[in-house]
Amino acid sequence: MSRHSVQAWLLLLPALCLLMAFTYFPTVQTVWRSVFSLGTQPSDFTLENYQFMMEDDVLHQVIVNTALYALFTVPLAIGIALVMALWVNSQMKGRGWLRLAYFTPTVLPMIAVANIWLFFYSPEIGLLNQLLGLFEHRGYNWLGDPDLSLYCLMVITVWKEAGFFMIFYLAALQSLSPELYQAASIEGAGRWTQFRRITFPLLMPTTLFILVNAVLNAFKMVDHLFILTKGGPNNASNLLLYYIYENAFSFFDTAYAASLTLLLLLALVALALLQFGVFERRTHYR
Amino acid sequence: MNKLTHSLSAVAAWSLGLIWILPLLYAFWAAFHPAEFATRFSLLAPLTLEHFYTAWEQAPFVRYMINTLAITLLILSCQLVLCTLAGYALARLPFLGRGLVFGLILLQLMVVPEILIVENYQTLASIGAVDTYLGVALPYLASAFGIFLLRQTFKTIPQELEDAARLEGCSTLGVIWKVYVPLAKPTYLAFALVSISYHWNNFLWPLVITNTSASRPLTVGMAIFGAPESGVDWSVICAGTLIAVGPLLILFLVFQRQFVQSFMRAGIK
Amino acid sequence: MFTKGKKWLLATGFIASSFTSMAHAATELTMYYPVAVGGPLTKVVDGMIAEFEKNNPDIDVKAIYAGNYNDARIKALAALKSGKPAQLSVMFSIDVHELMDLDAIIPFDEVVETEADRKWLQSFYPALMENGRVDDKTWGVPFQRSTIVMYYNKDLFRAAGLDPEQPPKTWDELAAMGKQLTKKDASGNTTQWGAMIPSTGYPYWMFGALTKQNGAVLMNQAGNETYFNQPAVVEALQFWQTLGNEHQIMPKGAIEWGTLRQNFLEQKTAMMWHSTGNLTAVKKNANFDFGVAMLPAKQSLGSPTGGGNFYLFKDSTAQEREAALKLVKFMTSPEQAANWSIATGYMGVSQAAYDTQALQDYVKTFPPAAVARDQLAHATAELSTHQAGRVRKLLDDAIQSALTGSASAQEALDSAQKKAERILKRYR
Repeated sequence: MSRHSVQAWLLLLPALCLLMAFTYFPTVQTVWRSVFSLGTQPSDFTLENYQFMMEDDVLHQVIVNTALYALFTVPLAIGIALVMALWVNSQMKGRGWLRLAYFTPTVLPMIAVANIWLFFYSPEIGLLNQLLGLFEHRGYNWLGDPDLSLYCLMVITVWKEAGFFMIFYLAALQSLSPELYQAASIEGAGRWTQFRRITFPLLMPTTLFILVNAVLNAFKMVDHLFILTKGGPNNASNLLLYYIYENAFSFFDTAYAASLTLLLLLALVALALLQFGVFERRTHYR
Repeated sequence: MNKLTHSLSAVAAWSLGLIWILPLLYAFWAAFHPAEFATRFSLLAPLTLEHFYTAWEQAPFVRYMINTLAITLLILSCQLVLCTLAGYALARLPFLGRGLVFGLILLQLMVVPEILIVENYQTLASIGAVDTYLGVALPYLASAFGIFLLRQTFKTIPQELEDAARLEGCSTLGVIWKVYVPLAKPTYLAFALVSISYHWNNFLWPLVITNTSASRPLTVGMAIFGAPESGVDWSVICAGTLIAVGPLLILFLVFQRQFVQSFMRAGIK
Repeated sequence: MFTKGKKWLLATGFIASSFTSMAHAATELTMYYPVAVGGPLTKVVDGMIAEFEKNNPDIDVKAIYAGNYNDARIKALAALKSGKPAQLSVMFSIDVHELMDLDAIIPFDEVVETEADRKWLQSFYPALMENGRVDDKTWGVPFQRSTIVMYYNKDLFRAAGLDPEQPPKTWDELAAMGKQLTKKDASGNTTQWGAMIPSTGYPYWMFGALTKQNGAVLMNQAGNETYFNQPAVVEALQFWQTLGNEHQIMPKGAIEWGTLRQNFLEQKTAMMWHSTGNLTAVKKNANFDFGVAMLPAKQSLGSPTGGGNFYLFKDSTAQEREAALKLVKFMTSPEQAANWSIATGYMGVSQAAYDTQALQDYVKTFPPAAVARDQLAHATAELSTHQAGRVRKLLDDAIQSALTGSASAQEALDSAQKKAERILKRYR
């Protein structure tokens, strides 16, 4: 082995050991359990858990919901995050407070956030319907209407994610060298051109990072469901990870939960490979 | 024209800011007014501190605050070290299997730690780490998120700077410490803020792995306010939230200035 | 470290005094408990435990707050798998079949020895024992138990020309009075509803009340059969639907459990069905005259019980079981049950608890506290089967799809029954 290799492995060793103990090992256990147990009981090799996936119509609805959820929240969250970062990176007055405002979703604990949004969405007494009431509108039963509840959850997710990703765009913008912009200004490039030609390409590594995480989070952010809709009404807002939680912790069906976990994992790996395949080659690293 | 776009974007930025901070504003409203005004807004609503007393009574918050601080700092400091080392190796050292290792590390991003609660509890119980700071922290110390973030950042740092440092006789660790860490300061700040916020507010795992006030964090105390059987009491939840996140908000207000300073330093370089 | 030291001190104390009495090594118990209603309840529990330890210096109890019922279940499950489980725990009364299937718990009958103990097992309200009893054995002993009652706004009753002391006693009266209590503004928007029955959170629980009132039950005692699509059950769901679409005294769509109390306090609804666990909070925050009544009847009065029971875990020594039994007996003794009931709004679990001076005085100053007790005579078990979580969700989904208008009551319940049947077949 070359000197580089030895060094690299030494640098990676502590992280890999911990990952082994607390991620890979339990994950393998989970996969194992999905084919060697039923419910909470061990069994001989079985594919029953996977067969049940085929006929489980709640799962089918959950997959559609999750896809929709990702499709809407990812681009919105990233777009808003970028705009926010550009704003708070400019010479705007009071940008410290703006940063705080944009960052609040990340600071507030989910239990509080979910309950506050529950108030915003609540019919009869909620903030949104109070506002609509000012215009003599009767308002909506936001979370109690199967056509609306999923979109209501998306709004919360975008709110939470955009503020979170804004931080990383801001950090990246801060490390861009001002000389580049000075040079561009001298050449008479407008702000839009500067953004398109300098800022955006140089942000690509960050964008890739954010994109990968946004896609992952679209599958992982389900904490608010526990308080807001519990996946209801009638699974209209149920999402894959929440459904896994339900199976593992409310239904005691750890075996089925394990097979769903594998499904989720495979989906995420496929998506990640796709993103890296498309973007990593095009991403410009200095 | 330019002025107009400037003021337009200022208006847009502040409106968005207002929407984003609305939940926090509401938390202040509900926490400082009597419960009957929790869902009603009136300029005449009297102020009260009663909810803070009620919330404060429900858990040993001082102790929980100390625990949370200790756990968060323990996690953050270990993460910073581990992720820097691993991030540098993945960004700059060519070695066989680098792509594979990177992929494996990213895999952790895709595994939701809450799903593995039962298994990880078993592991920690077997080494006697239940109800300790270490027990809460261990599963989070190697952060794929942090490794990924630092790899992306290190890759944007010019190789020439490293070469120059090498010429001056720096070892690998020296290069990381003297070249990469200072230049990635905004990223470290961003990561620190995010990591602190996450672990400050993490709930399910700490609840399961801790038993006593020796190691229980704030969120476990806060969970008592979420009363699923009797329904939401916004006033007390909001008061409890403000008690819990107050330090974080102040921390953020202080540290967000660092973004500006690091910017200027980068400009000087 | 500290507990070890304490144990050692205790042990030496006992060795010193063991010349005349038999030596006991200190027994250490771990108990998980969830908190599901508001208030500083962990302090109340700690106080009860401290008193128990004072009376039983040879038993050392670690009472651990474990979040809500769901969190407590996760925590118990994790501890169980790690081989270091708690000896006893307060968990959802309806988890009984699943805990049995996991082979995690033992029946109290195996631990009680004396005649007095057996008598103690008989001392609770029978309705509260229904969920704890399976195969003629007692697996769960009632602790934090609730039931559904109807809260109503007497001021709004007066304003609508109704007698505030005569809340609706039948379904028909509920609909009729509800109409009188429903108010619209000039533009036709409803500003005040007649009644609200929550349909998120625990829809199956509310539905259990309606079916009992219509003379039906949802499952058998063995928990391996459900009766979701029997005519009386379908009728009950149809009645729930009519409140929204025909009588229009209740909003359409799902009604949120968590915010319902606030709706009631804001006088947006004149009546609400909710857990007795809410009594303390309503009492504290209502700035109008309110009453609490039994739920109305169709064929009969009725409500399911709910809440948490004590369970004994299997993985424990004989000595620990004995100590755990002692603890459960103490926590459910009339005096403690009375204190617990006053502090939380949960029911006193036995007649003897309501006979204590403390609870008698409390009921005198606050008569609504007695409504839940009196309704117990008409109560039934909460939906509990094998694979309870999954079966419960089937019914929840059916109820919500009927209430949001995406399926008829018959269709929704037929499909739920069919799926439940498939799940429960293998437990017969």
